[in-house]
Amino acid sequence: MPKAPIYFDNHATTKVDPRVVQTMLPYFTEHYGNAASRNHAYGWSAEEAVEKARKQIASLIGATAKEIIFTSGATESNNLALKGVAEMYAEKGNHIITAATEHKAILDSTKHLEKQGCRITYLPVMADGRIDLDMLRDAITDKTILVSIMYANNEIGVVQPVKEISKICKERGVLFHTDAVQAVGKIPVNVMEDGIDLMSITAHKLYGPKGVGALYVRRKGPRVQLAAQMDGGGHERGMRSGTLNVPSIAGLGAACELCQQELTAEMKRLGFLRDKLKNKIMSELDEVYVNGSLEHRLPGNLNISFAYVEGESLLMGINDIAVSSGSACTSATLEPSYVLKALGAGDDLAHSSIRFGLGRFNTEEEVDYVAGRVIEVVKKLRDLSPLYEMFKEGIDLSKVQWTAH
Amino acid sequence: MAYSDKVLDHYNNPRNVGSLDKSSADVGTGMVGAPECGDVMKLQIKVNPATGIIDEAKFKTFGCGSAIASSSLATEWLKGKTVDEALTIKNTDIVNELALPPVKIHCSVLAEDAIKAAITDYKTKKGVAVEAGALAVH
Repeated sequence: MPKAPIYFDNHATTKVDPRVVQTMLPYFTEHYGNAASRNHAYGWSAEEAVEKARKQIASLIGATAKEIIFTSGATESNNLALKGVAEMYAEKGNHIITAATEHKAILDSTKHLEKQGCRITYLPVMADGRIDLDMLRDAITDKTILVSIMYANNEIGVVQPVKEISKICKERGVLFHTDAVQAVGKIPVNVMEDGIDLMSITAHKLYGPKGVGALYVRRKGPRVQLAAQMDGGGHERGMRSGTLNVPSIAGLGAACELCQQELTAEMKRLGFLRDKLKNKIMSELDEVYVNGSLEHRLPGNLNISFAYVEGESLLMGINDIAVSSGSACTSATLEPSYVLKALGAGDDLAHSSIRFGLGRFNTEEEVDYVAGRVIEVVKKLRDLSPLYEMFKEGIDLSKVQWTAH
Repeated sequence: MAYSDKVLDHYNNPRNVGSLDKSSADVGTGMVGAPECGDVMKLQIKVNPATGIIDEAKFKTFGCGSAIASSSLATEWLKGKTVDEALTIKNTDIVNELALPPVKIHCSVLAEDAIKAAITDYKTKKGVAVEAGALAVH
């Protein structure tokens, strides 16, 4: 039916909205000035585009334009937030709290900080993928300078109790950073209502271009300071030097504006499509498990494990559909997904997991097609699966003595 | 990752899928791997008591496409061989035939282990002494 593979991997990246591309184009060949050139028209028009984008982003997240620092993407934003705060507030303390299910851009930054003498607490998550607020409360000490908990998870789409987390941080005078790349533009995010001090954003997850992002840095109540991690011309209030990527910044701004306009309707539409996909699959197949909370979840996310079927072999069977798996065979490290392992469901379910990420350009027709293909291939692979055969014979697989290899 | 045509062929048209009666004296069953490692292979042979030749081989595999292809290929190769000839099948033969990339070599190792485990089971049932080294553990 489809001519190209159906794209259901919108947590990895998204197609740039053609309206965003149109906004970007003049800044390559017409208005190609450096936004830092203060004395000619080329510079002025570039600066104007950057300031417009700053306002568009600020408007989407309830911030003011001056609080937006442009970066190359969320990895840089996360690095800048964590390392910048650790360096700036070193006299106050050296303890940072984060969670086991964070993105590698956070976990590798905290590992780096550990080597430099910081103490890091990695909070476990509950079976639904959310952190335990009491554990967070207990983990804060007088040396704690920062709590960094993601808004929504990239694999399981689980949304953390951000308001409650920020309230605890505020009570204890600790800064709160959130990696919100999966949440911004998908669900309502408001730095004032949510009590966020620092927040990482990237354009390519919200139908903008790759290689551009932003870090929200609060200016009032409290005024957050950051030690720059790159030396240069002192751009972006001295927090991030480097000539601004004007076309991409204009694209990020336009992408944010479109998300803001379409957010409510799109949440409803994607939630409907996701539920349809889930219900169709679960009505035809037994032994299917949703990973993480369904209640606290991005509308476009469905992460499910098809017990007794290995993820990579399933991807191979549905090769006209672009999705991801938590299986070890599909990861660079040959380890099953650490996010799914953190839920405590066992490695076998991680090997059997598929992440469906629905987005703006997906249709109901595609959902019907994907559900049908998945059901067909899972049935075929279960006919091949010795584990499914044992399960059907009533054998408890957890009691079997497996040969390690 | 791109799969070789042979892996794709075995994945799309797996040979000899199924199960044999594991309680039969002429059937040897080998089950190797573990669910938490992401692959489990069950391989069975049925030996003709008159000729000593493997006249049926069946498999079921939980694992990636390369694991499915390795075990499917193994059942093809087992048929028509004597038990001792079957023991000469090496994982490297499977790697070469399927053009498996380095990260998938363990799939071929698992298939070789499954062959050995099935033969060991068969020989144990027949009361034949199992040669040392036939049960490789990885």
